[in-house]
Amino acid sequence: MPLPRLIPCLDVAAGRVVKGVRFEGLRDVGDPVELGAAYSDAGADELVFLDVKATLEDRRSLVELVGRVAGELAIPFTVGGGVRTVADAAALLDAGADKVSVNSAALSEPGLIGELAERLGSQAVVTAIDAAGGEVYSHAGTRPTGRQAADWAHEAQGRGAGEILLTSIDADGTREGYDLPLTGAVADAVSIPVIASGGAGNAHHVAEVLEVAQAALLASILHENPDRLSSLRAELQELGVPVRDAA
Amino acid sequence: MTSVRICDYGAGNTRSVEVAFERLGVDVAVTSDPTAVLDADLAVLPGVGSAGSAMARLRADSLDVALRERVRSGKPTLGICLGLQLALEESEEDGGVEGLGIVPGRAYRLKDARVPRIGWAPVEPDGAAYYFAHSYAADTPAATAHSEGIVAEARHGSFLGVQFHPEKSGPAGARYLARCLSHA
Repeated sequence: MPLPRLIPCLDVAAGRVVKGVRFEGLRDVGDPVELGAAYSDAGADELVFLDVKATLEDRRSLVELVGRVAGELAIPFTVGGGVRTVADAAALLDAGADKVSVNSAALSEPGLIGELAERLGSQAVVTAIDAAGGEVYSHAGTRPTGRQAADWAHEAQGRGAGEILLTSIDADGTREGYDLPLTGAVADAVSIPVIASGGAGNAHHVAEVLEVAQAALLASILHENPDRLSSLRAELQELGVPVRDAA
Repeated sequence: MTSVRICDYGAGNTRSVEVAFERLGVDVAVTSDPTAVLDADLAVLPGVGSAGSAMARLRADSLDVALRERVRSGKPTLGICLGLQLALEESEEDGGVEGLGIVPGRAYRLKDARVPRIGWAPVEPDGAAYYFAHSYAADTPAATAHSEGIVAEARHGSFLGVQFHPEKSGPAGARYLARCLSHA
């Protein structure tokens, strides 16, 4: 297996990195390309850019942003938020993204995953799943779907998804650790890589989730601070987690 | 100035490969013109996606002929990821696909615990970690480097193929591409 991955997540809107509580009161906290480059220098294995508003107007600025990121960064990155069609995804990949993530659109039209995999290859298709109490929620975690996360992950894999990005709504923002039972259940249900998201408060949390998942998404734990990624990597190495030597 | 031409056959990540060579200060362009591919100091066959549709596109644009001719006449040619797999004699992807036949061997589906195999992994004897994202790999006597038992690099005549993505492998990847250029 490749080395466990650390993946900072940048929330973006209208071409800027933003911060907000439950997508309300978004505050501009910087330039995505600058912050992405700083994370790359600090040893990020990949990056995720998540368009948190995903309006039609944002979609154009997102493609432009992807072009700028691809021009500056030499590590892989995934773009998600509002990808509804193969054309949306192809535009992002043509601009230089390595992968797209789909969430609500795939829940309402599961065939989208297969269409994306056919056109872009499975390695470019991430299915994002938001779950609470084991149940999948759509539309940024607001609508229960009645589906179990492990079942949906297994179906997504069968349809051609190359990775699962699993966010625990229960753990998200608590900083009390990843949702290990949920992550373990999903990782057991699939044979594609799983990226765990939500709940990281310290290096121990990241180390324990990397026992069951192949990658850890890092959001609020980093506070948009690349130095925190450097220190976190050092702490993980001390804990015996074989994170990459970035040089 | 060294000219690098990247084969455009609708296979996704050409932009990242182009940018990586731009950073190295060479004359780089993406093209589907077989003459441009044939004449370049270094030709690059990048690739993500599936072997079947990729080979069909290469043939439709006569890029397959240009690539074979380059290697026959000893011109440096770099295949990345699917580009390495396409250079082989055949791939078991898409129910069996005939490859370019530039390098002996075949591409097989990985039997790893998790496929696609995605992430950074050390390459030996190089020692550095590079970024991989693949479901198939090369089985070839031309292998010159490995990663976790998987062929990471193969050389045959003037063809150099890598399973990893040097254009996505940070500073280590940039150094790798600079070494490729030094031979072009």
